[in-house]
Amino acid sequence: MAVYNAFAYSEVNMKRTLVLRALTAIWAAGNCLAQPGAAGPSANPSESRPRTLSPYFTPATSAPKQPDADGFIQRWLLLEPIDKPNRTNTVFTDTYVRNALNSQYFPNQFSLIPHNGDKVKVGEQELVWHALDSTGFNVKLFRFAYGLNKTTYGVIFWAVTVIDSPREIQNARMTVGVNGAAMWWLNGKEVVDLFGDRRMKMDDCVSKRLTLNKGRNVIRGAVINGPGLSDFCLRFIDENGAPIKDLSISLDPAAN
Amino acid sequence: MKFYIPVAAFLLTSAIPALFAQAPALNGEPYIHDPSTVAFSDGKYFVFGTGGGGLISEDGWTWHSGAQRPGGGVAPDVIKIGDRYYMTYARGGGGLSGGHASNVYVMWTKSLDPASPEFKFNDETLVASSDGVEDCDAIDPSFLLDPTTGRLWLSYGTYFGYIRIVELDPKTGKRVAGNKPVDVAIDMEATDLVARDGWYYLLGTHGTCCDGANSTYNIRVGRSRNVLGPYMDHMGIPLLKGGGKLVVAASGRFVGPGHFGRLDLGDGVEKFSMHYEADLDRSGRSVLDIRPVLWKDGWPVGGDNFWGGDFEIQSERSGFALELAVDFVRLPGRGGFGAGGGRGRGTAVPGAGPPAGTPAAPSAPAVQAVQGQRLYDVLHGWPTGTIDLRIGDYMMRPHQKWTITPVPNAGGYPGSPYFKIQIAETDRTLAAAEGNEVVTVPTFTGAPEQLWRIDQLTDGAYRIIPKAVPNSADPVALSAVGASTPTLARFDPKSDKGRWTFRKP
Repeated sequence: MAVYNAFAYSEVNMKRTLVLRALTAIWAAGNCLAQPGAAGPSANPSESRPRTLSPYFTPATSAPKQPDADGFIQRWLLLEPIDKPNRTNTVFTDTYVRNALNSQYFPNQFSLIPHNGDKVKVGEQELVWHALDSTGFNVKLFRFAYGLNKTTYGVIFWAVTVIDSPREIQNARMTVGVNGAAMWWLNGKEVVDLFGDRRMKMDDCVSKRLTLNKGRNVIRGAVINGPGLSDFCLRFIDENGAPIKDLSISLDPAAN
Repeated sequence: MKFYIPVAAFLLTSAIPALFAQAPALNGEPYIHDPSTVAFSDGKYFVFGTGGGGLISEDGWTWHSGAQRPGGGVAPDVIKIGDRYYMTYARGGGGLSGGHASNVYVMWTKSLDPASPEFKFNDETLVASSDGVEDCDAIDPSFLLDPTTGRLWLSYGTYFGYIRIVELDPKTGKRVAGNKPVDVAIDMEATDLVARDGWYYLLGTHGTCCDGANSTYNIRVGRSRNVLGPYMDHMGIPLLKGGGKLVVAASGRFVGPGHFGRLDLGDGVEKFSMHYEADLDRSGRSVLDIRPVLWKDGWPVGGDNFWGGDFEIQSERSGFALELAVDFVRLPGRGGFGAGGGRGRGTAVPGAGPPAGTPAAPSAPAVQAVQGQRLYDVLHGWPTGTIDLRIGDYMMRPHQKWTITPVPNAGGYPGSPYFKIQIAETDRTLAAAEGNEVVTVPTFTGAPEQLWRIDQLTDGAYRIIPKAVPNSADPVALSAVGASTPTLARFDPKSDKGRWTFRKP
């Protein structure tokens, strides 16, 4: 993840520090929005194209979905980004991230299993949950926000999914990679934290041994990012390190 | 020419009894960001960086500003094909002005030296681009001329999406018609492609840049049998899923290595250029450095430049140690082994112990340390003039212990200065001699035959080369012509004759 540190500057650091000045100017104008291209040439024809979630996401269907061939879970309920202005990712210490992601932003934040289209109020923001299937192994949160014309930088994303396991699986582990910083919970218990200014790598941080219940298991996560792309990938591995793939993910409201 | 030894590095060298002290980064004013691969033109070394300028060096050790490149932009790379130097760089993107729309250009010149009449960049052409929205930011381009196929490849990209590869025409530097970019990695930047032993290696930088002493930049690698991937790391993690084996990270006084560039010097010596985001001995500024590349189990590993110290110099051929050809002086005292000792092959002091197997007598003296041999125990027996060399069993004796020291203002070679090699605690100095032989002389004078180039080889051993040999222009290295006989001979990378290891004395 490229981190545009607003406080770093030297002549030789031209490549990344000029963007800092652009971002700083945007923030100085009283808005944390820093959409790519917003400060660049407006003549870029790509910027004038209608934004969509394609090709990064498709709407989740009512049919149960399996993890991909490597066990990555691609079906998620994603909440439109919560504004959390950060001019740099260097602030993401353990303490900062833990405080930021344990703060209460909306009711029943740590127990809610939302439905597609549900809305929550966060301060002045009215945000919508979207039930989506990622077309890649990773969930591209930047593309989610960009496609919906939402804030891409300086935000918190919430993600929820429900997986159904055909059996109890002991000594499993949840593995997560994230571009940004994040915390993840399984069935209400905090299991994986990714602090600092991270780049996404599969199996970056791994939970301690845990048990996947037979039947329903709820995964909940929050990703925080300042400037730069943000995404995550998540899967479960068994006690031998092999991906667990015989899971079923359904976001059908009736299943909830 | 000022010889630059940062204060902290000097203290490290002099105060810490480390086997290998950390070498400082390059000499002179090697200030640069996003350096290109090192190129050689008109008898000089050139490196280009972000912003249009670059560095020039006469010897690869001392660097000054002065290289020139038109176009501005960021993160250039350069490669020589035939009589042309192709230069690539990017304009736009990289987050500049908040966007990721960028263009990569290629142009060529017949000389990189601004003083040359052949210094003229021609035919700038667009070879890759990103539109600012797509999952790619077309910056940080880097060339690979495939040694097996002759095809020219260009990798580019940064953290905003994918690293991509396109194919160029090596005759023109232009994009091959109809060629489509191929995604090969994510979450990486400053990539470089290397072809070696049937593998293609994609090196690039992970971590954060441009944050001075807090930058976490580090260089990673994946490899593939196909130049277009898939590239995997040593754990089998695809670089398209964030994988990457560490090549070099922060160490000592250097923070945030990035922008790998390979420098193949031949004969088994490979080095790489990079910048450090911060050299803590140079106000935390971004500087160029050149260090050895080692290869272990088919993977590149960042080596460290040699910086001297006290050593045994061990021949890889015989395992024996380089030593003065002087009388072996025995250590006094008891010998033997076992409960009472006394069964050595003539090494025991007669009558010193009971027959083997006999329990120690109650009156046997207490076990105590034996004083090692000291220089003044033996120095009086050494000739005062030139002394020949040989290679013998290492016995921790003064005639086998060497002190190796960088020599100020004596020039250097890519990554390092020349060194003097002396018998420890003396001024007796290793010197190349007429007829491609090697001797020691009583005093160091700074003459070129007393200066030595020490390069780490890709297997971790070292090659030792005199700066000059009297009345000879032969390129020769210190070599074990016999198990026990040193000479100077042409270095053969396939042989252990010219390989040496520095060991704790």
